[in-house]
Amino acid sequence: MSYVPHSEDDLRRMASAAGLTDPEDVFSPIPRAVRHRGPLSVGGPLDEETLRRLFRVSPSRAVFAGGGVYRHHIPALVDALSSRQEFSTAYTPYQPEISQGTLQALFEYQSMMAALTGMEVSNASLYDGATALAEGALMALRGKGIGRVLVTRATHPAYRKVLETYLSRSGDAVVEEVPFCRDTGRVDLGALASAVGSDAAFFIQNPNYFGVLEPMEEVAAAVSGTAGFWGIVVAEALSLGLFRPPGSFGPDVVVGEAQSFGNHANAGGPLLGFFCTRREHARRMPGRLVGLTKDSSGRTAFCLTLSTREQHIRREKATSNICSNEGLCTLRAALYLSALGPKGLRSAALQCAAGAGELTSLLRDRGIFPLFSGPCFHEIALPLKEGKRQALLAEGIVPGIPLVRDYPELGEAVVTAVTEMNTKEECRWLAGMM
Amino acid sequence: MAGRDDVAGFPLIREPLLKDVGAPGRNRRVLPAPFDVPQAVDLPGIAVLPDIPDVSEVETVRHFTRLSDLNYGVDNGMYPLGSCTMKYNPKMAEAMAEALKPVHPGDEAAMGSVLGLLFLLQQHLGEICGMDACSLWPAAGAHGELTGMMVIRRAVDAGGSGRRKVLIPDTAHGTNPASCAVAGFVTENIPSGPSGFLTAQTVEEHLDGGVAALMITNPNTLGIFEEEISEIARLLHENGSYLYMDGANLNAILGVARPGDMGVDCMHVNLHKTFATPHGGGGPGGGPVLVKEGLAPYLPLPRIVNDGHGGFALDREGPESIGMVHSCLGNVAISIRALAYILSIGPSGLRETAKAACLNANYLRSRLAGLYDLPYPTPTLHEFVLSDRAFKGTGVSTMDVAKALMDFSFHPPTVYFPLVVGGALMIEPTETEPIEELDRFALAMEEIARRARENPEELHGAPVTTPVGRVDEVLAARSLILTWP
Repeated sequence: MSYVPHSEDDLRRMASAAGLTDPEDVFSPIPRAVRHRGPLSVGGPLDEETLRRLFRVSPSRAVFAGGGVYRHHIPALVDALSSRQEFSTAYTPYQPEISQGTLQALFEYQSMMAALTGMEVSNASLYDGATALAEGALMALRGKGIGRVLVTRATHPAYRKVLETYLSRSGDAVVEEVPFCRDTGRVDLGALASAVGSDAAFFIQNPNYFGVLEPMEEVAAAVSGTAGFWGIVVAEALSLGLFRPPGSFGPDVVVGEAQSFGNHANAGGPLLGFFCTRREHARRMPGRLVGLTKDSSGRTAFCLTLSTREQHIRREKATSNICSNEGLCTLRAALYLSALGPKGLRSAALQCAAGAGELTSLLRDRGIFPLFSGPCFHEIALPLKEGKRQALLAEGIVPGIPLVRDYPELGEAVVTAVTEMNTKEECRWLAGMM
Repeated sequence: MAGRDDVAGFPLIREPLLKDVGAPGRNRRVLPAPFDVPQAVDLPGIAVLPDIPDVSEVETVRHFTRLSDLNYGVDNGMYPLGSCTMKYNPKMAEAMAEALKPVHPGDEAAMGSVLGLLFLLQQHLGEICGMDACSLWPAAGAHGELTGMMVIRRAVDAGGSGRRKVLIPDTAHGTNPASCAVAGFVTENIPSGPSGFLTAQTVEEHLDGGVAALMITNPNTLGIFEEEISEIARLLHENGSYLYMDGANLNAILGVARPGDMGVDCMHVNLHKTFATPHGGGGPGGGPVLVKEGLAPYLPLPRIVNDGHGGFALDREGPESIGMVHSCLGNVAISIRALAYILSIGPSGLRETAKAACLNANYLRSRLAGLYDLPYPTPTLHEFVLSDRAFKGTGVSTMDVAKALMDFSFHPPTVYFPLVVGGALMIEPTETEPIEELDRFALAMEEIARRARENPEELHGAPVTTPVGRVDEVLAARSLILTWP
């Protein structure tokens, strides 16, 4: 297959019009010494049916894995509308007059994310929850007198690793962990109180990596006015449909992962990093922003705004180096939220919580208890021997994400996620085999 | 028109805001409900209903369909944004990505097949670029630059030199200096030569013991091949510095020349440019990083490895690595589309892509060079840069030309970039434009040039056929309304 629309004759005609004797002469600016001789050693060309066979992937029969990527029901309209080429093949909306569709959809996304997080401003996305946390920390470190970053140990291990990568550029900031209580799985408030200070930025994931709901009122009381900057990380955006908006606890930023809003698991990507903050921080925040404005005849219009923060204007002084973000994923999030509405979002979240409750009680009947006593949303940390886990995988059941690599202190265990995509039968099946 | 369709102080909106669509009780969706929800849910911090619109299905569908009608996509017509490579995105690749949708990254059995495909893409990108190792995790070009520069910084630190300076030519994308800054480097701008390419002599003059790397785009943003690149690479290596290449313009040299053979040590490619994955209105893209063998230990984690049983697994250990740059595996569904594209066209197709991309640009350049100022007469490959200098005295600027093109149903080219050309119009037609589309574009540009001389006032009012007229960006920054008022 070739997607070049020219015949051989077309190529010769164009070459001749451009003053070239032969179409190959178009490469004459490339020195002979660096030319590649012979064809590249790559596969193809292949027809569509052969490609289809090559790209076949079969998911396991019952999947209870979460850990920052979640399988949720996505109404068919999300795929149908987001695959419209006017959205999917468009460029970044730098030319607002012919990009009002992308711009307004982003504006709707920003508005709904701000409402759901309880913050005043949302950007138009970052790569994923991990880079959103890293950008949050970089923004904090640009503030006066902040030189330490505290993050709870129960924050997603990959998020903490990406944070370390982003902060390792210079010796001026260190990442410190705030431990969790071994019985509840919640943050150790005593350790938190002694670690915070005006020179520190503090980040806490809620619900945390073990699915446990953190004591947010106590946390807020401990860090408000004490930490130089603090942020809440939300790795499961669906929790925003059920719980008090994180912004109501008074953080500087709410950052995280919104893949759950209408984006498929997709083997782990694309994901959808979100970044919400208070209005006073808008000029310091990373990423694109869409604003409301007017056109030359006074009609309402949208355009990218505050671009003087961005790399294409500010170059090395930009607030972030981000350019392309996760545009189409934000459109999917806006479609999803519009499709579910307030009651639908609540009901999806409640189903997940109810499913986790059901699995917990099935396991309790069999004498298997969660690792932590703290209340959970829809993920539960459970003890599970590696041999047993392998046996389950062989049966087509994915019991969760193993914890031992990132939390060796917990022994052989998994974080098990239940969503509305699982069934009672699957839960019974899993419980029976654990 | 007043009332419901008006936003406070902002009248006459084309499509109402979603918050003004629907009403309480409109959403009648039935969702999966496999579990019994207890009467009283015993969880702390449960809130009232989330504050988002209550809209029926048909209202959602019409709202977003109407929004899509206000957009312009590659299937509508030519999208000649320079250095953005807005080529046609094959529908085939969308179909190949379907199988991935339900796969959770924690589903190890299914991920075996996915990792096999990703490994194949790494190998193919390595062959196309002449590089030894690849990481697919960066989610966009700028993320790839940042990752690549972190790799170089780790290598520099391992060598104990502590070098912190990166040389960047004045034709570079803004992301280059921004990525260097995030990676902890200090940048130094160096001038490109009078012919539009960087000379080895200039590089030599700026080399000292503090230079960690030079970041170059080849072909550069003027569409000019950096003909002294091999000599520049030699000078850098002699100085103990690395050569980084921004692969934004790789499309021009596919199958013809390989960065690795030019002495490039580290680079990124943009899957959403060269390998035809859709731009999505600003992402998701893909920015894989490729390196020579000596830098491979520093690539991000995890790494795809053979599991010893004919399959693939992830290795999460690597003490020399810069660490993780993404919580998962980057934009997997984009990587899969890029692999499908490469395999669909094969080696001959890749080379034909470069040839047609360069021919299209040269054909268009020859048609427009007499009408518009061409600041660099140097031969170009896949794109070329014009300026508005020919309209001096008429009051017509590059912005007017760009906006007027919309009235001829074209997306404008990249404007006011590269910075070395005042009032730049940077045109990249790509290989997927038929001759007739190029001719139509040339006619539109001719007509605009005529109006610039005969009736410049008319051009200041453009565009007039688009959903909205020229947009007031100053008002947006001043009023800063970022959510529903």
